[in-house]
Amino acid sequence: MSRGSPDLCDLSASELGARLAAGEITCAELAESSLRRIEAVEPRLGAFLTRTPELARERAVELDAYLAAGGPRTSASGIPTALKDVLTTRGVRTTCGSRILADYVPPYDATAWARLSGAGAVLVGKTNCDEFAMGSSNEHSAFGPVRNPWDLERVPGGSSGGSAAAVAAGEAVWALGTDTGGSVRQPAALCGIVGLKPTYGRVSRYGLIAFASSLDTVGCFTRSVRDAALLLRAIAGHDARDATSLDAPVEHPGRDLEAGVAGMRIGLVAGALEEGVEPGVREAVRTALDRLAALGAELEEVALPHAEHALSAYYLIAPSEASSNLARYDGVRYGVRAAGEHTDVAEMMARTRGRGFGPEVKRRVILGTYALSAGYYEAYYGQAQRVRTLIIRDYEAAFERVDVLVSPTSPTTAFRLGERLDDPLAMYLSDIFTIPANLAGVPAVSVPCGFADGLPVGLQITGPPLAEARILRAASALEADLGLDLRPPLLASL
Amino acid sequence: MVGGPWEPVIGLECHVELNTRTKMFCSCPNRFGAEPNTDTCPVCLGHPGSLPVPNREAIARIILIGLALGSTIAARSIFHRKHYFYPDMPKNFQISQYDLPICVGGALEIDLPDGSAKRVGITRVHMEEDTGKTTHASASGRIHDAAHALVDYNRAGVPLVECVSEPDLRSPEEAGAYLRELRALLGALGVSDVRMEEGSLRCDANVSVRPVGSDELGTKIEIKNLNSVRSLERALAYEIDRQTRALEAGEVLVQETRHWDEDAGRTTVMRSKEEAFDYRYFPEPDIPPIEPDPAWIEELRARLPELPRARRDRYVREHGLRPEVARVLVADPGASDLFERTVALGAPPERAANWITQDLAALRKAGEGRVGPEHLAELIAMLDRGEITGASAKVALEEAFATGDPVPVIVERRGLAALADADALAEAVRAAIDAHPDAVERFRAGNEGVLGFLVGQVMRATGGTADPRRVADLLRERLG
Repeated sequence: MSRGSPDLCDLSASELGARLAAGEITCAELAESSLRRIEAVEPRLGAFLTRTPELARERAVELDAYLAAGGPRTSASGIPTALKDVLTTRGVRTTCGSRILADYVPPYDATAWARLSGAGAVLVGKTNCDEFAMGSSNEHSAFGPVRNPWDLERVPGGSSGGSAAAVAAGEAVWALGTDTGGSVRQPAALCGIVGLKPTYGRVSRYGLIAFASSLDTVGCFTRSVRDAALLLRAIAGHDARDATSLDAPVEHPGRDLEAGVAGMRIGLVAGALEEGVEPGVREAVRTALDRLAALGAELEEVALPHAEHALSAYYLIAPSEASSNLARYDGVRYGVRAAGEHTDVAEMMARTRGRGFGPEVKRRVILGTYALSAGYYEAYYGQAQRVRTLIIRDYEAAFERVDVLVSPTSPTTAFRLGERLDDPLAMYLSDIFTIPANLAGVPAVSVPCGFADGLPVGLQITGPPLAEARILRAASALEADLGLDLRPPLLASL
Repeated sequence: MVGGPWEPVIGLECHVELNTRTKMFCSCPNRFGAEPNTDTCPVCLGHPGSLPVPNREAIARIILIGLALGSTIAARSIFHRKHYFYPDMPKNFQISQYDLPICVGGALEIDLPDGSAKRVGITRVHMEEDTGKTTHASASGRIHDAAHALVDYNRAGVPLVECVSEPDLRSPEEAGAYLRELRALLGALGVSDVRMEEGSLRCDANVSVRPVGSDELGTKIEIKNLNSVRSLERALAYEIDRQTRALEAGEVLVQETRHWDEDAGRTTVMRSKEEAFDYRYFPEPDIPPIEPDPAWIEELRARLPELPRARRDRYVREHGLRPEVARVLVADPGASDLFERTVALGAPPERAANWITQDLAALRKAGEGRVGPEHLAELIAMLDRGEITGASAKVALEEAFATGDPVPVIVERRGLAALADADALAEAVRAAIDAHPDAVERFRAGNEGVLGFLVGQVMRATGGTADPRRVADLLRERLG
C-alpha cells in the first residue's frame, strides 16, 4: 500500500470474513476501526446524515457472543455497513436528504436491510444523498453536500454520494445505495469503487423510499468485485412484500469470478467514446478494453440505436412517477408539517410541500405533474414508454451478438462542487451512459478502470437480465489484471 | 329544447366493499367498527417505502361478481393510480383501474312493478381500494366551524369494487329496483356485507332528462351521498323534477356534481365540470398486470351459487310462492337459506315463507336469533296437528329465537299446549258467558260481532292455548 497502512476497515469483506473465521479479529474491533475512521474523516466528507455508533457497538458485541457460542458466520457477519438514507430502518431516522422527512423514524426495516442485518451486518449510519435520490452530485441534499475523498473540492457523484464516499474512505466496508438512473454506478465511478445495479426485481424494493418505482433498484457499493457478489447474494431474492420482485431461481452472483474473459464476446456501445466524453476518460476506457482483449475477450462495436432517446424518455418517466410517489408527503400523517395556523387542509399541505421540498424535487414534481396531465399523457408519458420498449429490444438484439456491453460509466470524472448546480441539463448528462440500463431493467456494474488527472474512472459492464454473475466475471478479470491502488489521498493524511 | 313529455336517463355507479378477511394491498384485518387507526400498517398508511401487494381473494371475488353479471373477464387488466389530494387518502392517490378493468360488459335483469323484466347493461366492474374516514370536529357539526378534523384509516385500503351500469334506467323506481337487485346478487354471492347503513354498499347516480323519443343524452348530473334505496329514489325524483322544470323554463343545464341533502330533501351543487379534478391516471408501476389463469376462472365459475333471479323463479315455480313473497325471501340470503332448509324438513313452503317473512323477520330486525329450520318445521307441524294455537306458536317462536331451545320443550315449559281437555274448555266457555251477560244479550239480539269479543275472553282465560275456532263453535252451541 502506497498511502498509509491499512486499518481493518480498509480491508474487503471477504478478507475480513476469513480473519473473523480464523478468530484473528472480533466484530467489536472491526466496528471500532470503522467508527474511528468515521470520527477522523467525517468532518471533511459529510458522508453521513445519521451515525449509529451505539447501535453498532451493541450489535458487534452481540455478534461476537453469538459467533463464540458457535453461531454460523455469514459473509456479512460483523461487516460495518452504511445505508443510503432512502432505505428504511426501524427506529433509526430516515430522511431521504429532505427537510420534509427530517424527523421521520420508520416503523419497519427495508427488506434489503432486514436480510443484511439478519445475516449479521453492522449498521454504522445512514448516508447523505440528493433529496429523494434526485441528482447526480449529492449537492441537492437538504443537509449539505458530500465531498469526494479523492479531491475535497469535487463532488462524489450522486445521488448515492454519501454511500460511495463512505466506502471509498473506509468509513464502511460496504454500503447500499439506490440506482434509478445511475445513482449507484456514477458515484462509484467518481469515487473509485465498485458499484453494482442488479436486474430490476432481483432485490426487493420494500422499504426503498420510492423515487421512480419502475426504475428504482437497490444497489451495492464495495471496494472489490468479490464483495459486490457477496453483498448482492445477501440481499437478493423474491419478497412477498414486493409484487415486482422476481420469483426466479438465483444463481450465486460470485459463481464465475475466477473464470476470466477468454472467449467472452464484449460489445463496446457504439458512440460511447466519441464527443461529450472527456479525453482522460476515453483514454482510461480504451486501455481497459485493450487489457480485456489481451485477456482473450473478443471485442466488437454494438449499436443501441434508440439509446440516444433514453435521456428524454427517462426525464418524462422518472418525474411522472416521482410526482405520484411524492404526493404522500403532505404533513398529515408523518414528517414535518409546516408550522403556523392554516385556514384549511389544502393550505397546510401546500405550505408543507412548499417549504419541505428543495428546488430539484419541485422541478421534477412539476415536470411529472405536467407530463401526466389530461391531454398531454399520450404525447409525453405514453411516448416515453414506447421509447422504453424500443430500448429493451435494442438490448435484446445486442445480447444476441455479445455476452456483455461496455461503455464509460460517466462521461467525466468527478466535477467541482457548484460547477453544474445552475445547469440542470449539464447535470442530467452525467447519467447518459447509465440511464438506458434502468429503462431496460438490466444489470450493470461500474468497476474502476484507471485514472484521469489523478481522479478515478469507471468502466460500465452491462448484461442481460439476471446475468449478474457474467458481468461480475468480466469486472473481476479486469480488476485483477489492472491491480489499481484505489486508496484515496485523503487517507494518506491520517 | 322546450317541449315534452320528458324522460329521465339514469345510470348508477355502485361501490361495494368486499368482506375479505384482509385489506386489498396489505394483511391488515378488514372489519367494521374497530377502534380508530388500529387496523393499520405502513402499507395502508402510505408510509415511505411501503408497497402494495394485491389480495388474491379480492380478485377472486370481483371475478365472481363479473361472472354473475355475465361480464367478460379480461385476460389482462391493470391497476392505475388516480390522483387527488385528500387527507383520508394516505398516498394522495387511489389505486384503481382505468382503461383495462377486470370485468367488462354484462347485464343485470330487474323486475319491474308491472311484472315484466328489464335487462340493465353493465359497462364495467373494476377493483380499487377504499379511503379512510374524516370526521370534522365542531360544536355545530358543520365543516365550516370545525377547529380540526379527525381521520380514521381503518377503512383505508379495504377492497372496493365499482360497478358501473349503462344509462338504461328510466325512472327512480327502476333505479331502486336495480340497486335492490344488485344488493341481492352480491348478498347471494357472499362477497360483501352489502349494508348501505355501514357504507359497505354505496351508490352515485348519473341522471339527465331528454324529450321522449330522443336518442341523444341530455346534460349529465352526478348525485352523491345516496345512503339507502329510499334516498336514491327520492334524490332522483327531486333531480328529474328540477331538471325538467329548468328545461321547460328554457334554461341550459351545466354538467356538475350535486350533493343529496337527505334532511332538506334536495340536491345542491358540489362542483361544476370546470372544477372537476384531473386525476392524472397512469399505470400503477408497483403492481404487475392481473392475468387470471383461465382454469382459475372456471374454478370460480363452479363456485357460483344459484343467483337471486333464478332462485325467485324457482320459488314461484316449484313452491308456488307469490312473486312478492319470493322477492322478499331472496333479497335476504339468511332468510332464503332458512326457507330452503325448513322446506327440506317437510314444511309446507307457503307456510314456511310466511313465518320467515313476517313474524321471524320482525324478530330478526332486532338482531340475529337462534331459530333454525328444525324450529320452524316443528312449529308448523305442531300447528297443523292442532297441538298448539297460532297465538301460542308466536310465543314459542319468540322464545326459540331467544334461547334456541327445541319447540316441544318450550311448549311444555310454558304450558302452551292446546287445550285438548273438552271439560276444561267447556268450563272456560261457561265462565265467559256468565261473566258477560250484556254481550250475551247483544249476541242473541243478532249482533254477530260480539262473538269475537267472547272468544277473546276465553283465549285470555286459557292463556292462548284454546283453539279459537272450537271456542267459537262451543259459544254458538251454548248461545244458539
